[in-house]
Amino acid sequence: MVDLVNALIVLLNYIFIPALSYGSQLALGALGVSFIYAILRFANFSHGDLMSFGAMMTILFTWVLQSYGISLGFLPTAILALPLAIFATILFCLVTDKFVFRHYRTKKSTPVVLAMISIGVMFVIQAIVRIIIGPDDRQFFDGQKFIMKAKQFKEITGLSEGLAIKSTQVITIFVTIILVSLLFWFLQRTRTGKSMRAFSDNEDLALLSGINPDKVVFITWLIVGALATVAGTLYGLDKSFKPFTYLGLVLPIFASAIVGGIGNPIGAVVGGYVIAFSEIMVTYAYKKFFIYLLPQSLEPSGLVQLLSTDYKFAVSFSILVIVLLIRPSGIFKGRTL
Amino acid sequence: MNKTNRNEILAILIMASMFLLVGFGQSWSLSLSILNMCIISAVMSMGINIQWGYAGIFNVGIMGFTALGGLAAVLVSYSPVGEAWRVGGIGMIISLFLLIITIVAVFFLNRVFRNSSYKYWIIGLTIIIGLILINLFFRPAVQAIENVNPAVTGFLGGLGLPIIFSWIVGGLFAAGVAFVIGKITLGLRSDYLAIATLGISEIIITVLKHEDWLSRGVKNVIGLKRPVPYEIDLQKTDWFISLISYLNSSKLGKVSDSLESEKLLNQLVIEGSSIFVKLNYMILFTIVLLFILYLANKAQFSPWGRMMRAIRDNETSANAMGKNIVKRHLQVFVIGSAVVGIAGAMLITQSGLFTPASFLPLRYTFLIWVMVIVGGSGNNVGAILGGFVIWFVWIEAAPVSQYLIEILTAALHDENKFKLHLIDSVPYFRYLIMGSVLLLIMRYRPKGILPEKVRHS
Repeated sequence: MVDLVNALIVLLNYIFIPALSYGSQLALGALGVSFIYAILRFANFSHGDLMSFGAMMTILFTWVLQSYGISLGFLPTAILALPLAIFATILFCLVTDKFVFRHYRTKKSTPVVLAMISIGVMFVIQAIVRIIIGPDDRQFFDGQKFIMKAKQFKEITGLSEGLAIKSTQVITIFVTIILVSLLFWFLQRTRTGKSMRAFSDNEDLALLSGINPDKVVFITWLIVGALATVAGTLYGLDKSFKPFTYLGLVLPIFASAIVGGIGNPIGAVVGGYVIAFSEIMVTYAYKKFFIYLLPQSLEPSGLVQLLSTDYKFAVSFSILVIVLLIRPSGIFKGRTL
Repeated sequence: MNKTNRNEILAILIMASMFLLVGFGQSWSLSLSILNMCIISAVMSMGINIQWGYAGIFNVGIMGFTALGGLAAVLVSYSPVGEAWRVGGIGMIISLFLLIITIVAVFFLNRVFRNSSYKYWIIGLTIIIGLILINLFFRPAVQAIENVNPAVTGFLGGLGLPIIFSWIVGGLFAAGVAFVIGKITLGLRSDYLAIATLGISEIIITVLKHEDWLSRGVKNVIGLKRPVPYEIDLQKTDWFISLISYLNSSKLGKVSDSLESEKLLNQLVIEGSSIFVKLNYMILFTIVLLFILYLANKAQFSPWGRMMRAIRDNETSANAMGKNIVKRHLQVFVIGSAVVGIAGAMLITQSGLFTPASFLPLRYTFLIWVMVIVGGSGNNVGAILGGFVIWFVWIEAAPVSQYLIEILTAALHDENKFKLHLIDSVPYFRYLIMGSVLLLIMRYRPKGILPEKVRHS
């Protein structure tokens, strides 16, 4: 019985909690991609780098706050810097929209052209981020690192397996819940949210019924900028901030959005967790888990790992392909906000 | 002579004078190595132009196809590692055999249980059983192969054929992978292909990085055989030395002292050998470039090319005319990817080393896209020109931006933090330049430097 509990703790510690926080980060990223896709109707390849831009802004504001000696005690200062960073990122989004994307929107360019434009924007953002903050690893986490350490857990429960909960993981999950519920409340209950859903459903009809497209686009960038900043900051807090890694996030983010049904916010959230859980479950070495469960004679000799962790990409990609083959519109039907 | 032709000739002349400028200003060796990379880039951008310019297919996995071409160069030219084949060859062959059986079984089951609701469960189960069986043979074989002299080989090696063959094999590799991806995604929305190619290119790179038995992974393969002579050998060959002394006879004649003149000759031979090797590469690459250009132009102005344009410009009406859009898209996707694969093999042939970790999406995917867009999508000469211009700018952007920053910050003190920071970030200004070039061209000259030739008949 104790072995069973220990085995479950192993799963909780190495799979469930990390996957939940990684999934939250992906879900927030995928929501941003989905919003752009539903309203502006193109695949935004620069979203990963927009996240890194947001995270960079958070780091800069954190440094400013720290230099004034402001901190949040056991919470990271980054949380205090987040609203400022969101504001800066939204401003940046609006500027890019005005000078870059608007032209193609009024010209009614095809989605592929807009996707290409987003690659140009991606180059520019990457340059800006690297010129301002440099390509190196940045740790900007301060405050209390663990909510529960593995050792504490062992002392409290008397089990031989420890459960460590990092505060960044809790913050990530907590912030995601707040943000996602706010977003759904906004989309379902408010007038503007409803007009956005109408716009994404059928642009012509929405325009006929007097919805102002400029306002819808404006609100979209507000939401996308905020989501990207939060997602980027949470990812940076949890792992560490390195501009290069954010380009690599584009694939799992798009996989999440498409798996869930691109353009569908519920789909984006679910897709994020699907991708995160499968990535971690497939690449985790289950040896420890089986040692607890099986009698000694049956103990596995290998790592009991389906794929090595190097193939994380392959997992999200395979799920993407499977979903595309079986259900091309995603788990939830795509393209309705 | 009409206007577009004049533009073409003007652009080519400007480009040529840039190379002469680098040759006289910096060095001929540098100028030639930039030129060689320009030719390779031009082949890549032609491949993408075939996909994007002819048919409007958005492929973001150029990096992966390039790397496959590079893998072909390794597998064709490296001599086989006999010891590795002895210890793991049988296991590898059995696992390959099992893999083929599994794939055939999946296709068979897919057909048999077409209407069954258990179809996906049965197929999933087959795949899992297949993977477990393959692993039984695959893992030990990999272990055995990687343990064979890991510092030098630790992989199966290649066929030991001349590396030139890899240019064809690289194209075939890329075409094969493109066929599989295209089959899955081309029937779907156009942006899905973009995501799928992005994913597959990342996976190809990961496989090459971590499957040591195949490509030595991050340990890299170095010292691939060359299709052209080695500098060291050239420096000892009599005809080459006499050629160099003949070419530089006026320079050598000025030196009266025989010891001095021998020294100078020696130095000239060393310089000359490097230039000679690069010239050889240039000739080989130019032949490939012109050959592909000829074929691509021929295809573009054939009925097939016309059909492709019709599909690109209006899928619905082309479909109504009885054209099979998915099939044509698949065709053009495979052809374009094959061209990229050829370029990848050429790239590795030129450098003589295969380093999977050096394949970065920015450099091998997105930069090629800038080339195609800037050069002029739909125009093959434009794509070549784009390859030349953008690679040239990419290389020369670093020294130029360094120079500009130094001028602009000349007033600041040398220890000034802002100035130091800017100088540190010089390499990233080329990203800024590339992004801005792409955005500006898309905005103000969306058809590129040399626009597509539209023929009205």
